[in-house]
Amino acid sequence: MRRNKYGIILPFLAPALILYSLFVIYPYSQAMYVAFTKWKGLRKSPRFVGLDNFEKMLGDDKFWNALSNNLIYLFVLPIVTLGFALFMAFMISQKVRFNNFYRVTYFFPQVMSVVAIGILWSFVYHPTIGIFSSLLKAVGIKNPPVWLGDPDTALWSIVAVTVWQSAGFFMVIFMAGMLSIPKSLYEAAALDGAGRGATFFRITFPLLWENTRSSLVFITVIAMDMFGITFTMTQGGPDRSTDVLATLLYEHAFLHSRFGYATSIAMVYFIIVIVLTLLIFRVTRRETIEF
Amino acid sequence: MYKVSRWSAVSTQTVLVGWAVIVIFPMIWMIYSSFKTDQELFFSPWAPPMELQWDNFARAWTKAHVGDYLLNTLIVVIPALLLTLIISAMAAYVLARFEFVGRRFLFYMFLSGMLFPVFLALIPLFNLVNQLKMLNTFHGLILVYIAYSLPFTIFFLTGFFKTLPTEIEESAIMDGANPYQVFFKVMLPMASPGLISMGIFNFLGMWNQYVLPLVLISDESKYMLSQGLAFMLFKQFYENDWSALFAALTIIMVPTLIVYITFQKQIQDGITTGALKG
Repeated sequence: MRRNKYGIILPFLAPALILYSLFVIYPYSQAMYVAFTKWKGLRKSPRFVGLDNFEKMLGDDKFWNALSNNLIYLFVLPIVTLGFALFMAFMISQKVRFNNFYRVTYFFPQVMSVVAIGILWSFVYHPTIGIFSSLLKAVGIKNPPVWLGDPDTALWSIVAVTVWQSAGFFMVIFMAGMLSIPKSLYEAAALDGAGRGATFFRITFPLLWENTRSSLVFITVIAMDMFGITFTMTQGGPDRSTDVLATLLYEHAFLHSRFGYATSIAMVYFIIVIVLTLLIFRVTRRETIEF
Repeated sequence: MYKVSRWSAVSTQTVLVGWAVIVIFPMIWMIYSSFKTDQELFFSPWAPPMELQWDNFARAWTKAHVGDYLLNTLIVVIPALLLTLIISAMAAYVLARFEFVGRRFLFYMFLSGMLFPVFLALIPLFNLVNQLKMLNTFHGLILVYIAYSLPFTIFFLTGFFKTLPTEIEESAIMDGANPYQVFFKVMLPMASPGLISMGIFNFLGMWNQYVLPLVLISDESKYMLSQGLAFMLFKQFYENDWSALFAALTIIMVPTLIVYITFQKQIQDGITTGALKG
């Protein structure tokens, strides 16, 4: 029946293979080399410099500053976003009234463009046209924070926006897991007199292992990226207080044409993502509970 | 099931309503603010507009070029999306249904594309597109969008094709259909639920894409929507037409909202089944 099967295999694979090799594999493999070169702009060609870029990075305050901001996101976002998402998913899957309305509403920011969200929130935080500051003034606070304009508050303002945007997405992921837990388990727990807390910690959460693990990987990717929201809201400012690796490397590449150095920063970024992903899979590996 | 006290039911609803307000209110504020004058925006941020300033929308559409950005985005996203689906479905069908040397290798090669952050490829990609003379062209951006959508779409559709029954395909072959007819007339229609999921997933990804056009399109007249919006925001620092920017945001957000509410079930499924499989 499969006579002449290569007559279909080759032409069917060719378009995908050509586009993928040219625009994906080739640039990524070139990046592995560019990270070890000095390359100042498209007109010049890259010159191999060994580990110079990485040595330079070690003494580069801007690099450490950006990395530490990524680390703050990596630490705060999983706890706040996933914790909150899990809590809401549990509430909503208890068949509360209007649960469908909540599910649809909370998820909406996920489908909005990150640029639109960035702009919307820079309005909300704006010291004169924004609603926060005027609300605080109305309740008697004379000098409300300038949110995005102050190095002490800017990063946390961005954290809040990221939670606002992504909590609904993670909630839906957790809900998908909760729906697949058989009702009989809950009924048995109820017969044994378990309350809401015990039910959650003894039954729901342990059975959500797969969902928690994928969520951790996603939030890691989000915390390492942060480009769109940062670039529209603060461009990494004020005073580099919200700079992350992605905005820093963009600046090196497309403002100063330091292609080699920018790619070496991207390399570090990539290694961190890979290591963390493997780590999450390692640490969370255990018998999946079959039911 | 078990007893939930009245107090805890009330506190649950309070939390849920509170978060719903936090999610919705910024958008409602934005929509009604887009009908205000600049003076009203600055002096009474909370107040509704005194009169509806429809002119804000006219300025956003023409002077700030939101109409053009929208058109550019459609010109890029529609072909990129259709081609992504057909090219991925073809590759996925072959990977799922035929045994041949290197099949596993190819599958994992496509899969590996999901591991890499786009920032790593950004500069070599910029260089490549420049060498191909495709910077600032729509077809260049279309090809790049397709290429970067392939790994996940092929991965998802390969899994999908594997779940489809083989009997119908086989009986079509018995009836004398050639492999192309089998694929286009039998397999593609059967795969439509998977294609719809991937269509939604990729549409949102391409529609909201920011980094790729930022690097590959620098000609203002060819900006994508997200890029154009960000550009408008940066211009505000010297142009001061805030009300038009509010209107532009509304123009962009309201259709998204309508489409989302209409297809919310499919969209949530498309994104989450997509995400959970990856």
